[in-house]
Amino acid sequence: MVNDLVVELSRIQFAATALYHFLFVPLTLGLTVLLAVMETIYVTTGREIYKEMAQFWTKLLLINFALGVATGLTMEFQFGTNWSFYSSFVGDTFGAPLAIEGLMAFFMESTFIGLMVFGWDRLTKAQHLIVTYLVALGSNFSALWILIANSFMQHPAGAEFNPITMRMELANFGELFFNPDAQAKFVHTVLAGYVTAAIFVCGISAWYMLKRRHLDFARRSFRVASVFGVMGAAGVLTLGDALGYVGAHVQPTKLAAMEALWEAEPAPMAFNAIAFPNQAEQRNDFAIRVPAMLSLLVTHSLSGTVPAIDQLEVQARERIRNGIPAVQAMEKLSADPKDAEALARFKAHGKDVGYGFLVQRYAAGGDLSKVTDADVARAARDTIPEVWIVFWAFRAMVGFGLLMLAYTVLAMLMSLGNRVQHNRWFQWGAVLMIPVPFLACEMGWLVAEVGRQPWTVYEMLPTWLSVSTHSEAYMIFSLSGFILLYTIFAIIEIFLMLHFIRKGPEPHGPAGATRLAGAY
Amino acid sequence: MEAYAFEAYAALKVVWWLLLGVLLTGIGVMVGMDMGVGTLLRHVGRTDAERRVAINIVGPHWDGNQVWFILGGGAIFAAWPLVYATAFSGFYIVMLVLLWSMIVRPLGFEYRSKLPSERWRNAWDAMLFISGFVPMLVFGAAIGNVLQGVPFQFDWRLVSTYTGSFIALFNPFALLCGLMSVALAVYMGGATLASGAADPVSARARRAGIAAGLLALAIFTLAGYLVSQMDGFRLVSGPPPEAAQTPLHQQVARVPGGLLANFAAWPLLWAFPGLVYGALLLGVLAQVLRRPLVGWWLGAFAWVGVIGTVGAAMFPFLMPSSTHPSHSLTVWNSGSSLRTLSWMLGFTLVFMPLIVWYTSWAFWVMRGKVDPKQIEGSEHAL
Ligand code: HDD
Ligand code: HEM
Ligand code: HEM
Repeated sequence: MVNDLVVELSRIQFAATALYHFLFVPLTLGLTVLLAVMETIYVTTGREIYKEMAQFWTKLLLINFALGVATGLTMEFQFGTNWSFYSSFVGDTFGAPLAIEGLMAFFMESTFIGLMVFGWDRLTKAQHLIVTYLVALGSNFSALWILIANSFMQHPAGAEFNPITMRMELANFGELFFNPDAQAKFVHTVLAGYVTAAIFVCGISAWYMLKRRHLDFARRSFRVASVFGVMGAAGVLTLGDALGYVGAHVQPTKLAAMEALWEAEPAPMAFNAIAFPNQAEQRNDFAIRVPAMLSLLVTHSLSGTVPAIDQLEVQARERIRNGIPAVQAMEKLSADPKDAEALARFKAHGKDVGYGFLVQRYAAGGDLSKVTDADVARAARDTIPEVWIVFWAFRAMVGFGLLMLAYTVLAMLMSLGNRVQHNRWFQWGAVLMIPVPFLACEMGWLVAEVGRQPWTVYEMLPTWLSVSTHSEAYMIFSLSGFILLYTIFAIIEIFLMLHFIRKGPEPHGPAGATRLAGAY
Repeated sequence: MEAYAFEAYAALKVVWWLLLGVLLTGIGVMVGMDMGVGTLLRHVGRTDAERRVAINIVGPHWDGNQVWFILGGGAIFAAWPLVYATAFSGFYIVMLVLLWSMIVRPLGFEYRSKLPSERWRNAWDAMLFISGFVPMLVFGAAIGNVLQGVPFQFDWRLVSTYTGSFIALFNPFALLCGLMSVALAVYMGGATLASGAADPVSARARRAGIAAGLLALAIFTLAGYLVSQMDGFRLVSGPPPEAAQTPLHQQVARVPGGLLANFAAWPLLWAFPGLVYGALLLGVLAQVLRRPLVGWWLGAFAWVGVIGTVGAAMFPFLMPSSTHPSHSLTVWNSGSSLRTLSWMLGFTLVFMPLIVWYTSWAFWVMRGKVDPKQIEGSEHAL
């Protein structure tokens, strides 16, 4: 009944398109804010060069923004096209932040970005500045609402499963909004965007210095961006820690995978700095361990412990057994919503209904009365995500984060001391840093999303049940189409970016002012 | 209190049914006009300079307008999750065609004039045409399919499966509806260009708009006749409207000519098709008399009439199943919970007026005709 290939292809398609969308998002998030900063300096000091800066970086923003919009459209539709059961199961809760994002963020961002580009001649300086701020605010609001939606999948707060309508319904909007996971995630992600934009601007400015072009422009851009970057980088790390702290409580399986923690151990727990996880044999082939570090990092104390994979599997087996009657009762209720006996049975076991779904994948013919101990064990093993991806992606993100913090601090100090212009090594370094924040962001999403497996909604809805019932041919067709289109997009984007970076900022002056007013 | 909440629930479902109509109208008017411009691009612009005038008329607004489309997806997801899930997955290949043609549009606008090469610009012109024509065709065709009923069914958990072929989605009636929406889009695009450009672009756009308006009238008449001959659906029995429910507990019958049943019961509903005729006839007249802005507003009313006509014919159905009529999605069985619908209504009431206000401001700031000389001057800007 389950077509595993269709499930896999749907996952690959979603992961690929989401990761692709997130190549463009962080730059937009950060650059819109950085532009507002530059334009503020222009408006308050009246120095033309800051206007030129704002206009040049706007140009690069737009090339990026077009692809952010295009790939975002895919995301919006993909829940319905490829995750249809997921959509009907959680639309009542999850759909709301998505719709509010449209109402509150996308309209604002997209309407004002038109004025930001085309309005230089038609708006007063102050009006234009406000418009720029509204664009930045819009893009940050969009991150807020989408991350509230995503956090609901990580930690479904504020919802209740209704056995009559057979879906998760909104129980408390405040809990959905103030999901602790969402709070930490929002700040962490937005700041990651700021760092990304800062390093991007620093890198391109350094490239101009290497080429000895636009020196004044490059020096000033570098300085504004590096200060912005230090604040962002420090914040990302602090909030990353908070995010791990929240995550440890709401998703123990993800944490265990992040730390490659196969066996229970007493406090204070040691930290695997490096490990080669072996999922089949449930152990690490090799590990370098730092004593007591894990307890300190995750529980912020020496006496705290976190559950390991072997303990989590035992718990999962229990919950699977408890979830089976819940799903059976739900099937009865589906035939007759007034069946009081089934309703009572559902009430007793309902909190584990997701675990019942999880094992249904292995039950012969989907019939839960035929579940064997082997099926239960297999489903319990599934509750542990792919350890090596989560483990290494997490370490890569943190490593990149520390590197970026060191780099931005150095960049700020050198720029304030006017030393960047004279240090070609540092300029090359700045150029080479450009891909690092993008990689860190992608790694972060791998941790978040692979670490949530096998669930789309943690402990409520397994991934295998969420997908639409398409044929393999449909999935191969759509996946090929996306790969083809997105590859072409990437080539065009990189080509245009390089073209405009090479061209550099336009000379300004009285005539330049109107020449730079936007037009397609 | 309990009884009050229940009645409020039935009322909210109807309110969200009306808001669905507002959204679809918003998509038709705001996205449709830009897509009409894309469709007309090569027709009204014979030289590169003329085409740039056309593009720059919608340049500052297309992105904001497109959000109607995104919000359409999001709001259906939140308010009608079963409809979102069933329609988007059922129409899979068609949805992909819609999506793929739509996602080249931002790039078309943003990238076309970035390089001077003629081949580059011609290629993007082709993209802008495809991304104007195809999505509107699919938009109308989807409505045409929903009118006829779609082959899908649910299992006990409400996992939906579409059982038709994708070619079947392009049946003649659906294509006719698709052409109707393309014609309305071209009409709106024509009016937009006629008001934003100087001659000769304006004159060509005006003529195209007039032709498209007349074509839309003809198609609407033909489609209306076909609809009167088609089977409709009737809710025979099921849980009461105010109950929380799924589509698994109702009886639905197919009724020959049933799409006219609501009109027979409430003759006032004939006002919607009447509005289409009135608005389009006057709109064409306005365009002939060189009042493109008046023509634009009348076109918007025509969209209200079209969406209203479809809604009036189908109520309470949202998406009938042609193979398992009793699994049909209705206003009563596929909406979100009382709490979600209330919260969403609250957000809509706060933000919709704001959106209308700042969108109008944006159009007002950019009012007037686009000056070709200014575009020439900004050759290197964007
Ligand atoms: C510039 C990018 C960047 C940098 C330097 C970091 N992160 Fe990060 N991280 C992200 C960009 C990011 C991200 C792409 O934005 C993610 C993906 C999901 C999310 O909320 O943010 C993320 C996710 C993410 C998660 C998973 C969230 C979940 O499970 O839902 C954790 C636990 C951390 N981060 C922790 C850290 C720590 C401890 C860091 C450094 C010491 C760190 N991050 C640096
Ligand atoms: C743009 C940033 C995001 C990236 C880069 C990303 C990345 C990923 C990845 C890598 C997977 C695959 C996990 C696996 O199959 O093992 C995945 C799955 C998924 N993500 Fe995200 N995600 C992002 C944001 C979101 C958001 C905001 C949501 C919801 C609002 C979301 C919903 C999902 C869903 C439904 C799946 C299911 C597919 C699966 O589990 O395999 N994602 N995502
Ligand atoms: C997987 C779920 C996601 C969906 C459905 C989605 C949807 C969209 C859509 C439809 C757009 C185009 C909006 C427009 O026309 O203005 C967009 C752009 C954007 N998205 Fe996403 N998105 C997702 C993930 C994310 C995440 C995780 C973030 C941030 C943390 C994000 C932040 C943004 C931003 C800032 C933009 C505007 C800037 C740009 O387009 O580059 N999105 N998204």
